Amino acid sequence: MSTTEKIARVLITSAAAEVIDRLRAENGPLMFHQSGGCCDGSSPMCFPEGELMLNETDIWLGQIHGCDFYLSQDQFEYWKHTQLTIDVVPGRGSSFSLEIPMGLRFVVVSRIYTDEELENLTPTRLGES
Amino acid sequence: MSDLLTTAQDVLAKPKFKDQYENYIGGKWTPPVRGEYFDNISPVDGQSFTRIPRSTKEDIDLAIDAAWAAAPEWNNSAAGYRSNLLLKIASIMEDNLEALARAETWDNGKALRETRAADLSLAIDLFRYFAGVIRAEEGSGSELDASTVSMNVLEPLGVVGQIIPWNFPILMATWKVAPALAAGNCVVLKPAEQTPVGIMILLEMIQDVLPAGVLNVVNGFGVEAGKPLASSPRINKVAFTGETTTGQLIMQYASKNIVPVTLELGGKSPNIFFESVMDADDAFFDKCLEGAVMFALNQGEVCTCPSRMLVQESIYDKFMERVVERTKAIKLGHPLDPSTMMGAQASNDQYQKILNYIKIGKEEGCKVLTGGEAAFNEGLDGGYYVQPTILEGNNKMRVFQEEIFGPVVCVTTFKDEAEAIEIANDTLYGLGAGVWTRDTHQAYQISRAVKAGRVWVNCYHLYPAHAPFGGYKKSGIGRETHKMMLNHYRQTKNMLVSYDKNAMGFF
Repeated sequence: MSTTEKIARVLITSAAAEVIDRLRAENGPLMFHQSGGCCDGSSPMCFPEGELMLNETDIWLGQIHGCDFYLSQDQFEYWKHTQLTIDVVPGRGSSFSLEIPMGLRFVVVSRIYTDEELENLTPTRLGES
Repeated sequence: MSDLLTTAQDVLAKPKFKDQYENYIGGKWTPPVRGEYFDNISPVDGQSFTRIPRSTKEDIDLAIDAAWAAAPEWNNSAAGYRSNLLLKIASIMEDNLEALARAETWDNGKALRETRAADLSLAIDLFRYFAGVIRAEEGSGSELDASTVSMNVLEPLGVVGQIIPWNFPILMATWKVAPALAAGNCVVLKPAEQTPVGIMILLEMIQDVLPAGVLNVVNGFGVEAGKPLASSPRINKVAFTGETTTGQLIMQYASKNIVPVTLELGGKSPNIFFESVMDADDAFFDKCLEGAVMFALNQGEVCTCPSRMLVQESIYDKFMERVVERTKAIKLGHPLDPSTMMGAQASNDQYQKILNYIKIGKEEGCKVLTGGEAAFNEGLDGGYYVQPTILEGNNKMRVFQEEIFGPVVCVTTFKDEAEAIEIANDTLYGLGAGVWTRDTHQAYQISRAVKAGRVWVNCYHLYPAHAPFGGYKKSGIGRETHKMMLNHYRQTKNMLVSYDKNAMGFF
């Protein structure tokens, strides 16, 4: 890897990408928002693009399989040293995330960046309303 | 001997369920308009045990129609009449407590002793509490001057929508339904898709109590049934318990209709132990140890799970030795075994998420003091079991900041009161907190300084009907339980009456 290549903050597994393809065929363009706590929380939520209002309290982390991925800025403060990988498992969440009727649930798997990687991360930007 | 064995097997036997349940709309069991159902899986063994309607907007609309048809009469009914019906519901639940508790355990995975002693008992008491409150409370009135009287008349909102979680299915339904009905509203309720069955069994038992259309229950997935309910312009209020992003969406939908919301969202509750707890090895210290291990109640699937343990440095080693010992004594087993203390996580995705968090905790440098792995229950290989886990680290780590919703507590130390408060409040959430000390001045001052809606002092995880519950910060809006909840389901009609026969003199 060349030193100029930026490290992505959010990745996706091929299994999760296939689920995105199926959801996109039905719902059109999609977005992700990482949720905070409680029953189905700390999980990535997948919505039709534009479903959740975004503004400067949200941080754009990157794109996964053509979908913008956001989380709240205050939550980002505690997450920024970890790389996220969006995967999918059989299961049932009770949020409004689009994959749930398929009997599947997106989950986030995290990994700590190395010191070297921390110097070379993809820049973030604020969400826009 | 063989009789004993038979009894033991009966105790663990799966409760009987119907092959399929329907929606409950307008007092009738109503199949979903599109005719689709989904399998309901038990976390006890990972197997499907019944089918549940996969409802859509059409079903939600039917339920709202039914609710509005019942509303003119129910909204204007006498408090005494509603109170008596709530009391009947409570009695039916009490008479069927064992059957409801066993069904709930099979649906949710939690240990039977919790569904018996907590979920059902609290739900019964809450119906009785609100039945009592509405007989005793009054509107208010005041003579503003010699000929002007102001009367505040409490009026129900009309029809309300409620979306509830899966961690205490019948109890969370009760927290929302009982005050809404007590206040005179008709309700459309959507249970969580992981745990719909206990509520349907309860409805079968109480279906003859309430007039048709007063309480309607529609099952289905969030995006297909929950969203049309939350965004309907024919709902006068939305109450939701769940996580933050969905909470934001619900507020967004409510903003289009200008209707109120109550939200009960996440938590990362600190449980703070000051050095005085170890001044004696007595009954109170034993209570403190139990308080520290409360993170395992309901497998940690509680919004107020005391998932951050803050222990004063001076007692840390000795205290944690005893906490680890107490945690190791937690008995895992078949959820229907009355001696089992901790059952199964509610769903596979929860189970996977918890294990992912334990992994990230280890990667971030947490020391595992006990647990740290999945657990295996012989004969229940497909079930979702996790060992009660204690991770030692610092408050900036992700496992200290995110709700894991599992039997995982993250422990760290503090030097003095100032640092305890700083760590306790260094979180996005403010739902619950625990303060443990033998110093009453300290108990008061620390409790006032912690930014949380419920601070348990020298106790934890008590949920009496008569104490308000709800969050500061990103933990939500509004309160549940307590009579103040009634005002989240009512309008105030102010009647301003003049007894002066003379014109005001303007025109």
